[in-house]
Amino acid sequence: MSYRVVVDRDLCQGHGVCEGEAPEVFSVSKKGELTVLDETPPDTLRAKLELAVQYCPTHALRIEDRIEED
Amino acid sequence: MTTTGLREPRHVSGGEAETGHLEELRSDPIGLMQRVRAECGNVGEFRLADRQVVLVSGGEANEMFFRAPEEDLDQAEAYPFMTPIFGEGVVFDAPPERRREMLHNQALRDKLMRGHAATIAGEVNEMVAAWDGPGEIDLLDWFAELTIYTSSSCLIGRKFREQLDASFAALYHDLEQGTDALAYVDPYAPIESFRRRDEARRGLVALVQAIMESRADGPPPSSDDDRDLLDVLMSIPNDDGTPRFSADTVTGMFISMMFAGHHTTSGTAAWTLIELLRHPDELAAVVAELDALEVSAEEISYQALRSMPRLEAAIKEALRLHPPLILVLRVAKRDLEVEGYRIAAGKLVGASLSVSNRLPDAFPDPDAFVPERYLEPRTEDLANPWNWIPFGAGRHRCVGAAFAMMQLKAIFSLLLRDWTFELAQPSDTYRNDHSKMVVQLAQPCVARYSRREHAQ
Repeated sequence: MSYRVVVDRDLCQGHGVCEGEAPEVFSVSKKGELTVLDETPPDTLRAKLELAVQYCPTHALRIEDRIEED
Repeated sequence: MTTTGLREPRHVSGGEAETGHLEELRSDPIGLMQRVRAECGNVGEFRLADRQVVLVSGGEANEMFFRAPEEDLDQAEAYPFMTPIFGEGVVFDAPPERRREMLHNQALRDKLMRGHAATIAGEVNEMVAAWDGPGEIDLLDWFAELTIYTSSSCLIGRKFREQLDASFAALYHDLEQGTDALAYVDPYAPIESFRRRDEARRGLVALVQAIMESRADGPPPSSDDDRDLLDVLMSIPNDDGTPRFSADTVTGMFISMMFAGHHTTSGTAAWTLIELLRHPDELAAVVAELDALEVSAEEISYQALRSMPRLEAAIKEALRLHPPLILVLRVAKRDLEVEGYRIAAGKLVGASLSVSNRLPDAFPDPDAFVPERYLEPRTEDLANPWNWIPFGAGRHRCVGAAFAMMQLKAIFSLLLRDWTFELAQPSDTYRNDHSKMVVQLAQPCVARYSRREHAQ
């Protein structure tokens, strides 16, 4: 099982909390534009990502679990 | 989008006067909005003079409202009562792209929150330094003054804040009181609150002018640490070398920067305290949580502020029951559809925070103060993102929401650590004044304080 980071772009305001929690996965530019550096990060980052989801001030992030298809 | 075959929104009862429901909006806006929902459902309509206002409520209609792009629902023209306060040329709102830049510029980014937490703690300590034994405060005046200092210090700079006193807060209050909905007919109508509004703005310009003159005559900032936003603005020249920004323009910028975070935070602080004093068990739980954290007055740790779920839940519940804005508005830029109804271009469209926050399907026992609803497993705010809307939602959601929560937690972690409070009036006499678009606590609203035993 792997997972994926999903951003609701209608809600993101570029506060940068996610970058503070998981800089390996999120980068927020000076203009407040969010770039997801890794949409399918390794399990070792999962705890950090959950904090990013929890503390996102606009609740624009979620983690989507998915079953590997192979 | 084709909007043929759609129904027109139903009109709410009343509003036979020439100005429609304007007088009711000026006297009992929550009653009006509740009646729209009761009579018309999720999409209904009332009238402000020659403008129809489509009022939406409920999760589905609210989601459409809050997700709509500027091309559909525009905010800039929806608040005519703000223009005389900010001044011509200072925009009330900007597109989301520009707002994101402003968020960065306005020091609201997460990275700067730690510093702001310490600044706010310092301001609280300064205000309570005047408390000597038991006494009384007027909750409106006290929190309004405190939040003038915190917002000016965090958003403009410590140096500017040092040059302010209570007179700035008093003038600012008159500005906020100048938000009568009569502005939808005439923002310059000859009424007392508009006269005081314009006089207050002139008074604020004079205060800022005096500060600018003293700085222009004095030595330049000695270092970057000594430079605040006013210094930066004063240093920007026109092409011919003259200063680009007048005192009037600078004042308008400062008023607009501070506006969204001032009466809102001040009112929420007051209501959080009132509701906690009305519910001693909840207060005890919050105080126990704070005591366990051992927050030091000198260093409010940002990390510690995060782990205050009981206090945070109490603040959220005060916000739900007493949202500092009760109605947010847009203008339909083209014909739109919501839940089978047509919203014709040109109409005002509103979402009611006070109605949505109390929908019984989303919030069981909706009129009761129940902070537990935010704790696991209920988390009713997260479960109802389009109905739990004290900060609005979507694209225009309050960009200062995280700052506001941090500020409120910092304020109460200090106040409740060293002081006990009690209501100085019968509990049911604390209420909001809804006669203006900016909601404020009605006076008198007095509370008593005394030093906690362990803190003596």
